[in-house]
Amino acid sequence: MEVKAPVPQIPPPVWSEFKDLQEFEKYRQHRTDDDKTSNALASIADAIHHMPGGWIVTTSTDKIFNWARKSSIWPVTFGLACCAIEMMATFASRFDVERFGMVPWASPRHSDLMIVSGTVTIKMAPMLKRIYDQMPDPKWVVSMGSCANSGGPFRHGYHVVKGVDRVVPVDVYVPGCPPTPDSLMYGLLKLQEKVAEFQKTGAK
Amino acid sequence: MTVFAATDAAARVRQEFGLEPGVEGQSLTVTVPVERWQAFGRFARETLGCRFFNFLTAIDWKEQGREVICRADNLDARLTLLMRARVADDRCPTLTGVWRGADWMERECYDMFGITFEGHPDHRRILLGDDWEGHPLRKDYAVDTPHTPYR
Repeated sequence: MEVKAPVPQIPPPVWSEFKDLQEFEKYRQHRTDDDKTSNALASIADAIHHMPGGWIVTTSTDKIFNWARKSSIWPVTFGLACCAIEMMATFASRFDVERFGMVPWASPRHSDLMIVSGTVTIKMAPMLKRIYDQMPDPKWVVSMGSCANSGGPFRHGYHVVKGVDRVVPVDVYVPGCPPTPDSLMYGLLKLQEKVAEFQKTGAK
Repeated sequence: MTVFAATDAAARVRQEFGLEPGVEGQSLTVTVPVERWQAFGRFARETLGCRFFNFLTAIDWKEQGREVICRADNLDARLTLLMRARVADDRCPTLTGVWRGADWMERECYDMFGITFEGHPDHRRILLGDDWEGHPLRKDYAVDTPHTPYR
């Protein structure tokens, strides 16, 4: 008698039971107090900083860390709309952001940067927030194109988030509809400058 | 497959339902009372040969109520049939028994206009989230309604 393997039954997600974000927000709020490691690191850094001559050590370590961060920004591949085509062109060989150390990575767990390229609908916003939450600190967000900046031409629609900064904090806004690869590269270079000035050792 | 000229089809509609269709080239426009919506759909499919279900949507005429519109084609005869029905208190019989393709179209129509299709096998929202309030393509829908947590 032939034995058939059972077909895996994956139930569809029930929207009303989608509680991850609230749970995660609670976790995040408590985390800053509970995260003893980063607090200890910060206090050690603080102690060294206030020792005579210690500031030379801390500032130069910061510089080294920031140099390393800015030269290996890995953007998570997160394309939402037509801006994603321009983003892909930026990643591809003609414009080649890999020379700045940016490797488009298909996992938020290993990424430092999220390029929000395109229209964020209200239905998509929880997923966007979820991917942002999955990225390790420190992390940055580039809002690419009019839609992500402010809602753009769809601002008066019923279904569009009016600017992605209502969902996640944004570091660099790149205007355009869609922005050319040059514009996006300019934005990424601006982001590198910003990362080079990133001072803290702890969470962002 | 029966092949119809639009004038012949109009004659059949007049004969069977007593409705006066508007004829323009090979396209027919029939305003159907909502009680005979299903019967007319079946007639359109089986007698007029409109086997291709094109689309179904609605129009919000504000004070004059809402109107459901459905288009079905007879591809062999190049015959186009546009059925329209004024719906009272947003209830309309379903066409899923006639055309399977009406399923998602009616769900979308419910999603956007809030028209209840009676007898629909899977009557829920299709495009918007299940927690969405209101029906956005209605004329009285306030676009700037705050929506938690993101809007």
